[in-house]
Amino acid sequence: MKVLLPLFAVIALVVLAVVGVKGAHLNGLFGIVIPYAAFVIFLGGMIARVTGWARSPVPFKIPSTCGQQKSLPWIKADNLESPHNTAGVIGRMALEVLFFRSLFRNTQADYRGGDQKLTYGSEKFLWAAGLAFHWTFLYIFLRHLRFFLEPIPFFVPFLEGLDGLLQIGVPRLFMTDLVILAAVTFLVVRRLMLPQVRYISLPADYFPLFLILGIAISGILMRYFIKVDLVGVKALTMSLVTLSPRVPEGPIGSVFYVHLFLISVLFAYFPFSKLVHMGGVFLSPTRNQANNSREVRHVNPWNYPVKHFTYEEYEDEFREVMIGAGLPVDKQADTPAETAE
Amino acid sequence: MMLYDAGKIIAGLVIFAAFFTVPFWYGGGKTSEMPKLELTAQARQAGQCVEPKERMRQDHMQLLDDWRDAAVRDGNRTYTSSTGKSYTVSLQNTCMDCHSNKDKFCDRCHGYMGVSQLYCWDCHLDPTEEKTVWASTDGNS
Repeated sequence: MKVLLPLFAVIALVVLAVVGVKGAHLNGLFGIVIPYAAFVIFLGGMIARVTGWARSPVPFKIPSTCGQQKSLPWIKADNLESPHNTAGVIGRMALEVLFFRSLFRNTQADYRGGDQKLTYGSEKFLWAAGLAFHWTFLYIFLRHLRFFLEPIPFFVPFLEGLDGLLQIGVPRLFMTDLVILAAVTFLVVRRLMLPQVRYISLPADYFPLFLILGIAISGILMRYFIKVDLVGVKALTMSLVTLSPRVPEGPIGSVFYVHLFLISVLFAYFPFSKLVHMGGVFLSPTRNQANNSREVRHVNPWNYPVKHFTYEEYEDEFREVMIGAGLPVDKQADTPAETAE
Repeated sequence: MMLYDAGKIIAGLVIFAAFFTVPFWYGGGKTSEMPKLELTAQARQAGQCVEPKERMRQDHMQLLDDWRDAAVRDGNRTYTSSTGKSYTVSLQNTCMDCHSNKDKFCDRCHGYMGVSQLYCWDCHLDPTEEKTVWASTDGNS
């Protein structure tokens, strides 16, 4: 159920786009309204999420480290594993964002050998597949700029040339197409095969994977198998980004609309799902703080100014009542203490 | 609204928004025109390409690839189109016969779409090039 629900959801989205364009001819809806709406939701949603996190106080200094903190000069500190200044934090964060350094340390517990002993071993496949997936996604994203920029900047043909370097078939096979399919498939299969991972996987874990798989497959279909009118596609995308939206006259092909609709869903879904880690990784307190609690005192921003009510103030308020009840007071009413003696 | 580390957060958000809105400000507010193809008099007179226009628009690359295989590998120089007409399988003698204006036909869309790594003209004669540079085009299709 946890797997089938998101799978059917993605299939339903595909069917919806096909029916909407082929059956109901809602090209304007699927080509203009939904992409615009999705983009606005994405941009606004991401900004809302990030400012939401930025409004949350971080009460404690909680960097998660695995190296020696900077302390005495003769103790060798590791500024990358336990950064004590901004440079160290940036270095560690850059390695985390670009190369998933913490995931590289991933381990897996398993029963191994004849006596089925519990063994902990290094597990690099998740790191490798994750890295391959994220980098190819970025590569493909940049390659798609040829549909959104006019004139096309120099690096886009360069990326395409590098991607099609093997010159297999016509049009040239893009290596990233194969890599992203393999990587996403691995990530799905891993969730299904490992009992522990399957146990903790939710529909929200499968849905983005199936959605991205759908996007990749529809894109691959368009490039290699069911050709579409690419000039029409670019006319549409350029009309969107120049804010003069217009669906071109000729038929483009419904695979394109499926592709576009799934991407729109991905964009709109992005800020409200686990995918928001694109922004969230930068705001992880365990990663973006310097481990300098011995150098700088971390003041809890929760520490609001506490309202005091001292005994002096108490007596000032109730002095007359206290005197009237015969209670001892430090200061007499309207009379300096000395003269009262 | 109180933002902690407001400077860093706003700088990050500005970079994020700038990156994702590149297409919107890259053109500087100009609208983009779809490329217009110019047909030669001969092409206009013929009225139809070897296959219907919509198919040619989407599948010309596939067709050329099939033609290349048919002519070069199988020695088959006759193509029967879906309309039943027969054509000689030859880029230079059939396609380029009508579409002799490469720079106003092929290149317009290919330039618009960034299709820069075509290797048609590695072997075939580019019609805009000086013909005398090459040996006879006869039989070299």
